[in-house]
Amino acid sequence: MNYSDHKHVVVLYPHPDDESFGAAGTVTKFREAGVPVTYLCGTLGEMGRNMGSPFFANRETLPDIRKKELQDACEVLDMNLEMLGYRDKTMEFESRDEMAERFKKYIEDLGATLVITFYPGYAVHPDHNAMGAAAFEAVKRIDQEKRPTLWATAFSNNHRDNLGKPNVVVDLIDSFDKKLNAIKSHRSQAEGMLSQLLANSESDNEYEAALERFRYEGFYEVDVDQVNY
Amino acid sequence: MDSIKIEEVQKYIDEFANQPVYVHLETTNGAYASHFNANAYNVGAYIRNAHLTYKQGKIVEHDDSYRVGLKHDIGWIYAEGLTDFEVTDTGQLLIAGHDREGRLMVTLEISTEPFSY
Ligand SMILES: [Zn+2]
Repeated sequence: MNYSDHKHVVVLYPHPDDESFGAAGTVTKFREAGVPVTYLCGTLGEMGRNMGSPFFANRETLPDIRKKELQDACEVLDMNLEMLGYRDKTMEFESRDEMAERFKKYIEDLGATLVITFYPGYAVHPDHNAMGAAAFEAVKRIDQEKRPTLWATAFSNNHRDNLGKPNVVVDLIDSFDKKLNAIKSHRSQAEGMLSQLLANSESDNEYEAALERFRYEGFYEVDVDQVNY
Repeated sequence: MDSIKIEEVQKYIDEFANQPVYVHLETTNGAYASHFNANAYNVGAYIRNAHLTYKQGKIVEHDDSYRVGLKHDIGWIYAEGLTDFEVTDTGQLLIAGHDREGRLMVTLEISTEPFSY
């Protein structure tokens, strides 16, 4: 695949940090090819649990902290950001129909040729599954000849058994800096995780330890007419 | 947040008594508990901006953590496992329990104005 063949990439995930863990390297590849990328971020991760040790956040200050982290990560990745204003952990209770219409409008207005989201049912967090399902529905509602390509992220424990291997795999061996910097922008989410990765790794180097874990980004290219969600 | 000082928290609980207040009450073990451990269960609940008036409230110490009970006309508000507290610039009382890694496990918050939603 030639990254520059695309006109605009739209990423739909619900939480600040999903974009960095799930697709930062892929976003980097598209940006290097001159393709604009827009992140439609569902929530501010208001219900996150990591308050730091020592504390840097509490339940009430966390949303603003994560908003700033999100903006920083999008700056690192040089992508546009739209915050959609849903609330963490509640997206599955919103109307899928309304979300799909809203997402469809963004996709069409931005002229997206590629949509990246979570694979509903295989993305563990209820917000991931709900936003993925609404994004699938949005793509499905677009006329077939104008439909963007759809890539979905799956990471539930059963995803390999049920979906097989991802058919798009992006290797970040030569462009890992941006992904690591994007992840590190999300200090409230990444700090503990990165030090744990380092502790469990044979390497004593953060870059190497993170590369071991995050070298590849995998996606399932999906034909929405062929899947149930 | 700082470690709970029982007299101080009791003083704030008393100040909020007998007037309409907004309460945020939450407990969680995260959205990934059963993803990382097949034997674990995902459990959690929260109420944001319950609007009520309690007539008495008390904080009690038990083995390095605290419980709070607030009695209102037709029932109770209850939280256990609380370890830390803070009073914000706008006068909200935040009480929470965290694990060793600083992850929130339970929180009880009281304010005279609604919490942001
Ligand atoms: Zn997420």
